[in-house]
Amino acid sequence: MTDQIDTIEAGVILLLAHRVPADTKITAETRIVGDLGLDSVAVLDFIQDVEDRFDLSIPLERVAEVQTIGELCVAVHTLKGAAR
Amino acid sequence: MALLSKFDELRGALQALAAGGRNPFDVRFEKIVSATEGVLEGRPCLLFGTNNYLGLTFDQSCIAASVSAVRAEGTGTTGSRIANGTYGDHVLLERRIAAFYGKRAAMIFTTGYQANLGLISTVAGRDDQLLIDADSHASIYDACKLSAAEIIRFRHNDAEDLARRLGRLKDRPGNRIIVTEGIFSMLGDSGRLREIASVKREMGATLIVDEAHSLGTRGKHGRGVCEDLGVESDVDFVVGTFSKSLGAIGGFVVSDLPDFDLLRVACRPYMFTASLPPAVVGSVTAALSRISTDASLGERVRQSSGKLYRALAQEGFALGPEPNAIVALKMPGKEVAVQFWNRLLDEGVYTNLALPPATPGSLSLIRCSISAAHSEAQIETALSTMIAVGRELGILDSEPKKTPAHAVERVPA
Repeated sequence: MTDQIDTIEAGVILLLAHRVPADTKITAETRIVGDLGLDSVAVLDFIQDVEDRFDLSIPLERVAEVQTIGELCVAVHTLKGAAR
Repeated sequence: MALLSKFDELRGALQALAAGGRNPFDVRFEKIVSATEGVLEGRPCLLFGTNNYLGLTFDQSCIAASVSAVRAEGTGTTGSRIANGTYGDHVLLERRIAAFYGKRAAMIFTTGYQANLGLISTVAGRDDQLLIDADSHASIYDACKLSAAEIIRFRHNDAEDLARRLGRLKDRPGNRIIVTEGIFSMLGDSGRLREIASVKREMGATLIVDEAHSLGTRGKHGRGVCEDLGVESDVDFVVGTFSKSLGAIGGFVVSDLPDFDLLRVACRPYMFTASLPPAVVGSVTAALSRISTDASLGERVRQSSGKLYRALAQEGFALGPEPNAIVALKMPGKEVAVQFWNRLLDEGVYTNLALPPATPGSLSLIRCSISAAHSEAQIETALSTMIAVGRELGILDSEPKKTPAHAVERVPA
């Protein structure tokens, strides 16, 4: 599972890279709203990028529960598992 | 921690906005002179940000009907539709709206916001999935919060993305309910309803379309974008408002669903609020009659909007994707947008300032709404003021374009 989460995390960070300044440090602990200076619309656009990349839909109520990059990756992992 | 400290960021943003001149959320008209003119800061101003698309707020037949109703039935109903708040005129208005749309039934709500809140939160149950356009109005998002269903956003106006998301749900139980809009309120772009209706037919779903900004402004009979694009039979529920083209307040839902009336005793935003007062029901019934019998209102707003849109585009403004009764000017940034909006007001032209996060794509917009009541001279004044301010702020080239502003009629479609 750790391997899969790591792969998801690498993918998520890559997607985020073009939405934030180049020198922004992104880790699993990074808070998506608080630490990255993204407004709520930009966050939802980023979530759509993640959905496209991993071919899934993250329900809005699930998005509301996610605060950090790590939590987002766990949500993606869980939803991918559920889809199998 | 102070109770409202959670809004510290909001307070800071508001203070920064007000520092640019006026507080855009606290504009006070000292007088409303007509559907297109007001008095602000002691000076006359042209109203280009009202959603008064057909200019019916001062229509004499609507005013007379409203006055007559308030004299006959009083100032308020003092109760909800399911208790003491249903009068004969509420039922009559519902029949008239249903007939206008050629649908079996209609329900009216006290606001358009409540119409979306009520319909969406009630029809979407725990095991269902709501698929909403990402650029949906706040009332649709709030309805989703009130619903027990799973909420999935699809990319704005992207039928392929909708189809992909429906495809991912293929083995799941529950009803799929798609929600989109006729015209989107910020950029004034139309919903791609043909493509979305086609996905709905192929994949099986219920389709709700909010025509708040398109009632009266689109379609041969004024029924909106669904009529204009020939998809009315694919749409299960049309939601709309009385607060824009019909010049009052209130909302409605129309449908052919056989058990539609059951919603009256299941829909909490319908059941637990006071019904529309007689004066509003009176003016809305008259306004509906006006638009049913006078297609020239819709035609006029389309002509005026097209003219303004094409002239602004010709001058070099970046605009929303198509001409509709909403014409949105994309500003190069938030500060410029605030300056532009303030300068237009200085010059006597009121528009709407729309900033992130209330806008799609984090755009900063000057949002104009055009009315059938705007005269050619008023459109011309608004246009020349926007061009002058655009040059002053460096958004447009300082040299006039070869086509003079007064020649907008000659600009090709």
